[in-house]
Amino acid sequence: MEVYLDNSATTRCFDEAAHLMHRIMCEDYGNPSSMHHKGVEAERYLRYARETLAGILKVNEKEILFTSGGTESDNIALIGTAMANHRRGRHLITTAVEHPAVLQPMAYLENQGFKVTYLPVDREGRISLHDLENAVRPDTILVSIMHTNNEIGSVQPIEEAGALIKSRNPRTLFHVDAVQGFGKYRIYPAKMHVDMMSVSGHKIHGPKGIGFLYIKDGSRVSPILYGGGQQKGMRSGTENVPGIAGMAKAAEIIYKDLDSERDRMYGLRDMLIRGVEDMDGIQVNGCPGREGAPHIVSLSVRGVRAEVLLHALEERGIYVSAGSACASNKPQTSATLKAIGIERDLLDSTVRFSFSVFTTEEEIRYTIQALSEVVPMLRRYSRR
Amino acid sequence: MFSAFLIKYAEIGVKGKNRYLFEDALVRQIKYALKKCEGEFTVHKTDGRIYVDAVSGFDYEETVEALKKVFGISGICPVVYVEDEGFEKLGEAVVDYIDKVYPDKDRSFKVAARRARKNYPLNSMEINAELGGIVLDAYPEMHVDVHHPDILLNIEVRDKIYIYSETIPGPGGMPVGTGGKAMLLLSGGIDSPVAGWMIAKRGVKIDAVYFHAPPYTSERARQKVVDLAKKVAAYTGPIYLHVINFTDIQLYIYDKCPHDELTIIMRRYMMRIAEHIAKDTECLGLITGESIGQVASQTMHSLMATNDVCELPVYRPLIGFDKMDIVALSEKIDTYETSIQPYEDCCTIFVAKHPVTKPNLNIIRKHEHNLDEKIDELVQTALDTDEVIVVR
Repeated sequence: MEVYLDNSATTRCFDEAAHLMHRIMCEDYGNPSSMHHKGVEAERYLRYARETLAGILKVNEKEILFTSGGTESDNIALIGTAMANHRRGRHLITTAVEHPAVLQPMAYLENQGFKVTYLPVDREGRISLHDLENAVRPDTILVSIMHTNNEIGSVQPIEEAGALIKSRNPRTLFHVDAVQGFGKYRIYPAKMHVDMMSVSGHKIHGPKGIGFLYIKDGSRVSPILYGGGQQKGMRSGTENVPGIAGMAKAAEIIYKDLDSERDRMYGLRDMLIRGVEDMDGIQVNGCPGREGAPHIVSLSVRGVRAEVLLHALEERGIYVSAGSACASNKPQTSATLKAIGIERDLLDSTVRFSFSVFTTEEEIRYTIQALSEVVPMLRRYSRR
Repeated sequence: MFSAFLIKYAEIGVKGKNRYLFEDALVRQIKYALKKCEGEFTVHKTDGRIYVDAVSGFDYEETVEALKKVFGISGICPVVYVEDEGFEKLGEAVVDYIDKVYPDKDRSFKVAARRARKNYPLNSMEINAELGGIVLDAYPEMHVDVHHPDILLNIEVRDKIYIYSETIPGPGGMPVGTGGKAMLLLSGGIDSPVAGWMIAKRGVKIDAVYFHAPPYTSERARQKVVDLAKKVAAYTGPIYLHVINFTDIQLYIYDKCPHDELTIIMRRYMMRIAEHIAKDTECLGLITGESIGQVASQTMHSLMATNDVCELPVYRPLIGFDKMDIVALSEKIDTYETSIQPYEDCCTIFVAKHPVTKPNLNIIRKHEHNLDEKIDELVQTALDTDEVIVVR
């Protein structure tokens, strides 16, 4: 039995999206900038995709900027904002639990002379609004907070944060990395005071190499790629038409049954957590119940190295992710796990299970069974 | 401009009646190495020398790089061929050659002519003198030094006339295939690929064995070993890599033996299995990357304990090397970057926190009896499930 529980890494592409892309690559393969019919036809796919995505977010179509994925979206949001606003201020705020696609551009900006405040999080991985309120200054140009954490599934209070930021400094831009949240939640940037929001295609059963950045009209953001001036000069380069159409198709499908699917996934999450509750030395990380994301379960398994558990589950056809990528000689401990104050012993013993619309109850039952067999076996052979 | 390479070989030259065997092996290895290069070549032995002739267009840099990886070559001389169209034309060709190869003319030189074709109108001494004069006329800033010239300009008169002066150093050693075959214990670390390279350099063909322990070691760790074997194979030719699943043996040892002796006993079983495969595949020895004192399992005592289980000779070419020296060699042969990828090569959970550094052979042998019940069966299963990957 093959059980794919690494959907926060990437998901299986929907057939409909893949078929549509095949048609675009082999038949309707025009360049949307071309003046002839083939170009117009390709442009139509772009327009339809924009309408679909803008509709889901309840924003204007021209506020959707297609990118190569979550990383590029985050880079444009951070570096583009810093470039365009550095005369107004050189202070940025983010959290300690962001994805490297946010943390690394922040580190780059620090090297360029910007100041960055990193908000701490509690045991469940959430920031405190009080800390945020204290951190926003007159020279704060950007706040970047992720919607859903990719490692432990904590969900941040985006709407409250947005209101707070704007009340403290109306000119501060608010960016949200929603790579893990989009496709699981209804997120309305306008209502939530969000100026920019990053989304990735392959986390929602679309193709890899595509994503978008919502940019509220009128926000001061500079491009980071220069060239042929596509997408109003904000992101040069021929549009990835098959990718864009595939992503929009996937989003359309996901949002059709969003609420019932989310409930179903919470059911799976509860089932897995209940299933391991009775096992010795297993701890669940992140927010409890409905406060955390429906599709992510982070487990710390005392006395078992995550990588070994991962491969042992793999032998039974179950694919998961090691919460903290760690090599024997140089541990690269995860920033998120450290930030929530997880015990040292457990840092290297944390695995992530992440679900998708394809995940079934039977698969979770099989996984619980496998864990109950594998964990005691691995514990017997621990380093003495 | 170059259309051929003269291959110089050092040690083969001193072999007696077997000489042709070594030369044939070298020709074979050169042909194999050039297969991957753009263009077509003929490789031939003429008058006790080996020539590589390009019979089509070719990529000079790529060809030289490939030749630099053929053991047995001590030097590679890029050669210009000119048709024999009279001495005047030869003079022009030599002047042109010097201009292209030596943009900076302020150097000393000497002409060294050789006639394989004795009916050439000038003898060697006359060619030296005449060409020397022509070069001096063309480039007054050059001067002749017959004892220590900067440039030794070789002129060989054959059916065509060969001009060469530069020697690119080759790797030395002896052609692979002239010295039998040995089994390398390849771990994924820095040392073992270097050890294999060193033995192969003495003309020995290499096969390798890797012990993996899923789920304790990952597929990427295994891929890393395949990648390393590929780097070594660039010098040695195809390597048969035996992948042995070692998990059950390791767990059994873990259950039955004292933990501070785990590594030694584990290594004894690795040696036994490697030797078994080696004998089955007509290898004449084992190769390891051990160096005295590097880790607990490489002290003199530990080496004696692991050596104890082998009948075949165990070659340890790095035995007296410092880590720094090994790293330098691994960088030179381009295995370093692959070796330091951070995947588990050997499962650290099986390494005791304080392993014995001076194992007592009698005690180790006694503790191995704890394994009597099942170990033969487990070893047999491991051998039966040997997976062979041909790496080239």
